Amino acid sequence: MAKTEILVIDDEPQIRKLLSITLGSNGYFVKQAASAKEGMMNIANDPPDMVILDLGLPDECGHTVLQKLREWYTNPILILSVQNSEDDIINALDSGANDYLSKPFRTGELLARIRSALRSTIQEECSPIITCGELQIDLSERTVKKNGELIKLTATEYALLALFVRNEGKVLTHQYLLRDVWGPGYINQSQYLRVFIAQLRKKIENDPNRPELFLTESGVGYRFICKNNEL
Amino acid sequence: MAELFINKISKPKQSLLSLLSVGVVSLVCTIFSAFLGYRVVALILLVTVSLLAISFDILPVLIAAVLSALVWNFFFIPPRYTFHVGSTEDLILFVMYFVISLVNAVLTYKIRLIQKGTKQKEEKASTVKLYNTLLNSLSHELRTPIATIIGATDTLLANNTKLKQEDRGELLAEISKASFRLNQQVENLLSISRLESGFIEPKMDWCDINEVVYNAIKRIEEHKYTQLISVNINPNFPLFKLDKGMMEQVIYNLLNNACLYTPWNSEINITSLNHANILEIIIEDNGNGFPEEEIKKVFDKFYRLKDSSTGGTGLGLSIVKGFIEALGGSIYLENVRTGGARFTINIPADTVQFDRKPELWLRRKF
Repeated sequence: MAKTEILVIDDEPQIRKLLSITLGSNGYFVKQAASAKEGMMNIANDPPDMVILDLGLPDECGHTVLQKLREWYTNPILILSVQNSEDDIINALDSGANDYLSKPFRTGELLARIRSALRSTIQEECSPIITCGELQIDLSERTVKKNGELIKLTATEYALLALFVRNEGKVLTHQYLLRDVWGPGYINQSQYLRVFIAQLRKKIENDPNRPELFLTESGVGYRFICKNNEL
Repeated sequence: MAELFINKISKPKQSLLSLLSVGVVSLVCTIFSAFLGYRVVALILLVTVSLLAISFDILPVLIAAVLSALVWNFFFIPPRYTFHVGSTEDLILFVMYFVISLVNAVLTYKIRLIQKGTKQKEEKASTVKLYNTLLNSLSHELRTPIATIIGATDTLLANNTKLKQEDRGELLAEISKASFRLNQQVENLLSISRLESGFIEPKMDWCDINEVVYNAIKRIEEHKYTQLISVNINPNFPLFKLDKGMMEQVIYNLLNNACLYTPWNSEINITSLNHANILEIIIEDNGNGFPEEEIKKVFDKFYRLKDSSTGGTGLGLSIVKGFIEALGGSIYLENVRTGGARFTINIPADTVQFDRKPELWLRRKF
């Protein structure tokens, strides 16, 4: 199988070098671009399997680049930026970025995000039974088991969990979750989400106060992490 | 107070007020002119002008001075109701009045200018002092990790074959630690400059206080402190409408501070209560507490306790205070009688109580 191609668009040579060594040593083929223009041309000529995009580019705002790319490019785009304001992140996710990571970042975290973003494109139709460590979710029968024991969930709790499981490893914004589970009229009712996340944690997590499955992305949303998915 | 007046009232209004007060005083004097000699009236008018000079700008005061002189001449100096002055003595008095009131106005104004100048100088001096403290603590806090990184990378890059494998690992670990320290300082500086600029806008959203507290604890645990942190918050604590990021930073800074400055294996306890839509958070430790005479200063920017060890910029607690005040709350520090410090935070905020069966208060799409 050919190596997965990742294009890094970042104007900082240090970051490009770091990424090319780190990703290269982890089995990816890395291409580099130093500006929005160069990156766009590169993608148009030879679309990579994934793009890592910096928001602060010298010639064009990363948000604009993202929007232009999303008009035709469907492979994962990961945002890597020093801008860590919640608005910027939500904005990027809304314009179609698969995930974001703010600088400074940990290598392990970056690799996990890349894996999760690539996985979601590979297995579009997944099997109805998903196993996450001690947790087993049957999407066809709508049942959830922990260590073989059935966990009783309300309809809303199940809908929320199923949504998380289908988007494992990916950050889901508050608005996205509220719109999908409760409907468009509820996108500002973040208290619903807080309550239900707390309920799910109580029922599913080993220690609801130290969640390992439902992680909070402060001010942005939540991320569901499946512990055994070390692909 | 004088400055307050000038700032608040516009110049035309000041002139109008000057005219009015001179008018009113003259009118009162006219009414009582049977009992008051015209020389006394002169003194009363002079007092009026002097009072105006204390609080008003120069032009309105000059207007008042000139007007009062004319009014005095016209209404009070015999023969009354003419500008004609009868005796030589009265003429001298009139001229003297004119001169004194003008000198009075100008002198008072000048004194005020000088005062303002001194105040500005003092402020400048204290800014310079603050700036120096900032530079000292910052250069230490930033240069130590930078020195570590440069030194360690130099050694590693020199490709010294004598370097043992374990030392190599240790140097790399030091570089990593130093980078985190640098990052932390940069975060602190960004927070403080956000506060300084005055453009800090809390993003209010429903917060699960338990979650916020445990997130902060999770970050603290990465530092591998020896202190034991316990949380005492009801699992069904209501949601509060607050800025989650700011709250987490506040709790993180307080815990970090407690861990840094209490003896090994000390205990830190976090309690939270809801007093009718006022969120109270108490963070208490069983360390040595703060010196009583320094308690008032601990929240000051760049202030560090006199005998504290090296490291730290003195920004942590000032960020805490700044954030809490931006959220409309207050923080209070006291020593516990049994030893140790207690920080009490009070923030007014909207709350939502969990329903026992939240499913009932929500409708679903399908």
